Amino acid sequence: MSNASLPISVSQITKRYGKVFALDHVDLEIRSGEFMTLLGPSGSGKTTLLTVLAGFTRPDGGSLKFGDAEMVCVPPHKRDVGMVFQNYALFPHMSVADNVGFPLKLRRVKPAEIAQRAERALEMVRLGGYGGRGVEQLSGGQRQRVALARAIVFEPRIMLMDEPLSALDKQLREHMQIELRQLHDKLGMTTVYVTHDQREALTMSDRIAVINSGRIMQLDTPRAIYERPKNRFVAEFIGESTFLPVTVAQGRVRLGEQTLRTATPPPADGQRLLMLRPERLRMLGAGEAAGDASNCIDATLVATVYQGDSSLFQVVLGDGTALSVRGASAAGPAPGALLRLAVNVEDTVLLAMEPAA
Amino acid sequence: MNPLGHARGPTQGAQRESGAEDALPNVQALRRTDLFERLGLLALVAPALLLILVTMLLPVGWLFYLSLLSDQGTFSLEHYQRMWEQPSYARTFWTTFQVSFLSTAICIALGYPLAYFLSEIPKRAANLCMIAVLLPLWTSLLVRTYAWLVLLQRRGLINNWGIELGLWDEPLALVHNLTGTLIGTVHVMLPFMVLPLYSAMRSIDRNYLRAAANLGASPLRSFWTVFVPLAMPGLLTGALIVFILCLGFYITPAVLGGGKVIMVSSRIANDIEIFFNWGAASALGVVLLVVTALIILAAARLVRLDGVLGGRERV
Amino acid sequence: MTTPGRSEGEIPIAQAAARTSWFRRAATDTQITHGARLWLYALATTVLLLLMLPTLLVIPMSFSGSQYLEFPPRQWSLRWYQSYFDSTAWMQATSTSLKAAFLTALISTPLATMAAYGLHASRLRHANLLTMLLLAPMVVPVILIGIGVFYSYVKLKLVNTLLGLVLAHSMLAIPVVMLVVGSALRSFDMDQARVARSLGASPIQAFLQVTLPQIRFSVITGAVLAFLTSFDEIIVSLFVSGGDNSTLTRNMFNALRDQVDPTIAAISTIIVAITTLLVVFTQFIGNPKKD
Repeated sequence: MSNASLPISVSQITKRYGKVFALDHVDLEIRSGEFMTLLGPSGSGKTTLLTVLAGFTRPDGGSLKFGDAEMVCVPPHKRDVGMVFQNYALFPHMSVADNVGFPLKLRRVKPAEIAQRAERALEMVRLGGYGGRGVEQLSGGQRQRVALARAIVFEPRIMLMDEPLSALDKQLREHMQIELRQLHDKLGMTTVYVTHDQREALTMSDRIAVINSGRIMQLDTPRAIYERPKNRFVAEFIGESTFLPVTVAQGRVRLGEQTLRTATPPPADGQRLLMLRPERLRMLGAGEAAGDASNCIDATLVATVYQGDSSLFQVVLGDGTALSVRGASAAGPAPGALLRLAVNVEDTVLLAMEPAA
Repeated sequence: MNPLGHARGPTQGAQRESGAEDALPNVQALRRTDLFERLGLLALVAPALLLILVTMLLPVGWLFYLSLLSDQGTFSLEHYQRMWEQPSYARTFWTTFQVSFLSTAICIALGYPLAYFLSEIPKRAANLCMIAVLLPLWTSLLVRTYAWLVLLQRRGLINNWGIELGLWDEPLALVHNLTGTLIGTVHVMLPFMVLPLYSAMRSIDRNYLRAAANLGASPLRSFWTVFVPLAMPGLLTGALIVFILCLGFYITPAVLGGGKVIMVSSRIANDIEIFFNWGAASALGVVLLVVTALIILAAARLVRLDGVLGGRERV
Repeated sequence: MTTPGRSEGEIPIAQAAARTSWFRRAATDTQITHGARLWLYALATTVLLLLMLPTLLVIPMSFSGSQYLEFPPRQWSLRWYQSYFDSTAWMQATSTSLKAAFLTALISTPLATMAAYGLHASRLRHANLLTMLLLAPMVVPVILIGIGVFYSYVKLKLVNTLLGLVLAHSMLAIPVVMLVVGSALRSFDMDQARVARSLGASPIQAFLQVTLPQIRFSVITGAVLAFLTSFDEIIVSLFVSGGDNSTLTRNMFNALRDQVDPTIAAISTIIVAITTLLVVFTQFIGNPKKD
């Protein structure tokens, strides 16, 4: 299995355009065989980082290693990585089989073997037998699979994907997410995947690197990124969230008059942001006890927004702060009802005080 | 600068001073690789550049030099002085500008409706009609000039028909004068006016006109206040190309003007072929080049020349 | 008997529209009718005809049997074509022109294609300046180029040689090819070249195996236009070709200035035929995108 993949080591990679840093001294270790997603808004630098890995963008400085080999000055055609683009970039003047066989032809593989391996690659993406077709005859999803087959046929140990599913419709996209992940598990190569869709990132990745303004904001597993974001940007970019200012004084976390319990020891004294996710808040009747060590906050219900599989309950706290709670759509309390919001200690997350972006 | 690779350019990268850039690993190696790549691409451009350098830039440069030499071989401005002093030069310049202005104006008058028509009919029909515009463009200039000579002569087709049909009694002097020159020149220049105009007009979103109508503008009003300004870049490009080509035009005025319409280019040719006066010819050529360059530079301020070099004007 | 659902006096809209004459039908969304635009159609058609006719009129005239050109010819004869093919001078000139044109296309097409690709793919700081330089032969007045080249060739002893002629014509053809190929490159999806390189193709391989096959129609069009540029070139040929290496255009121009020799009508017809074939060819191959 270790022959099928290489670890990637990114060290101090920097790319400037004028005064602006597209990549700002980025450090990133990607493990052998890992599925790593680069997640961020457009212009964040995630695509730039990918093109640096591919060799299309030359950084101003830094080191890039595939395994032990320094790659940063190596031209793209010598890097031996598979790459899938957003718009597939299939060669229209070649048949499907010729497209898939192209990298093998470049590597001077014998024609008989090319045909065999191309067919096998097509089978792996469930397009067995499609070799004779022309590119124009394929649907979007099929073209993406051909692009994939073309990228895996020469058994690269690293795979780079630049938002490969964003041109597909929702149903197909979700289906392909699972297929791609299965392909990765089967072949075992190190995969770096770029997307702006947080749900996609959470679904597919072993680890996610959230990128903004050319810097990595957090590098963690999907669960850790979702449940323990390290800063406001990550908390806002992934999932829904509300922020309440809290004060830490003498080791105690105070929201207004209340003291909150946290899972980890509280940080140093000062102002902090309390992050609450709407779906982690439970609604209890006024005065009801939570039953466990959860934190409780008193609130009044203002309105209910029905959204099908769940509903958004809009509440207001004692000091006038507005909050959203996400819960089951079963009949809830009427507007004006007094409530208690309970949140688990593990879900009570404190972040550094930062202004809204 | 558009780098190779997808980078859309940063929209939110951090802004910082360069500072400790060289403390990064591999900076020298990266710069060297970058340099080699640039040199490699330059090498692709080099052969064509070299050819143009040797066969055009050097000779024209030589002419600049010649224009500053007196007949004895010393440095002198006499050729330029002569241009300023002798009235025949003033006549030559006047004729040249006259022909150029009039030709451009007539091309606009004839070309604008044609381009508009072509931009309104379905694309396939337009492409077919385009052949009628492109074919003259690529048919030998001599053939076209010859055709007009035959048509416009004293005993040429037009005069023969006119007299036969009783439209006029004496053969009209349609050639070997300004009229013939203009007719021939306009015929040659028309495609150069129509092509950029058509291209600009085709890319005008008809929704603008619909919006104008919806807001209450009459068809004439919406044409004048919406369509014409949007087509203006195409018009200016066409007019510029035609005007500049007319300034330096030689063949057609020489043949159809019959020696009576002397433009700058004819004068230059005569200076060389008949008088062997390289100094005078070069000086005149330099003036022509400088005037052409000035006009282009001035127009480059008005019209984005990207539209000519490729890529469409986006409104 | 009325059709069910329709009351008396109602006419379906489609039928009413079909009954309107073409003149009253709307030509634009702003409801300008064809009738109101007739003047535009008439004017445009007239101009189109004016563009085509003079050249076309020469064709039947070339078959006139008399000493003078007349239209329509009273007698039809091939005597002027005979006179063309029988004349050593004309044949020599034609051969020179064809050779020069072919060599010009051969030289200028690869040179200009390489340059267009290099400029397109590069981040060269001075790409714009270089583009201007490469397009300069189109902008500098030809008469100036003509006498300049003449002067230099006298010094270099290249006057009246095929080599000198081809070099000068190639210089004139380079901008033409560059514009055509450059336009094709701009609408080409460079991601394909990138993909090819990520799959292991060196930049040269990527160009030859992926880019070139897809822009080949534009390259061919460029080559054809380079051929025509040289074949029809007059001014530089006037100064620089002569004697045995005189071009067809040079001879024609001199003949025009001396007297109107009807042989020229025959030659013109042949030239028009060749040009038409080539231009129509370029319009119908692949996906041509014009200047």
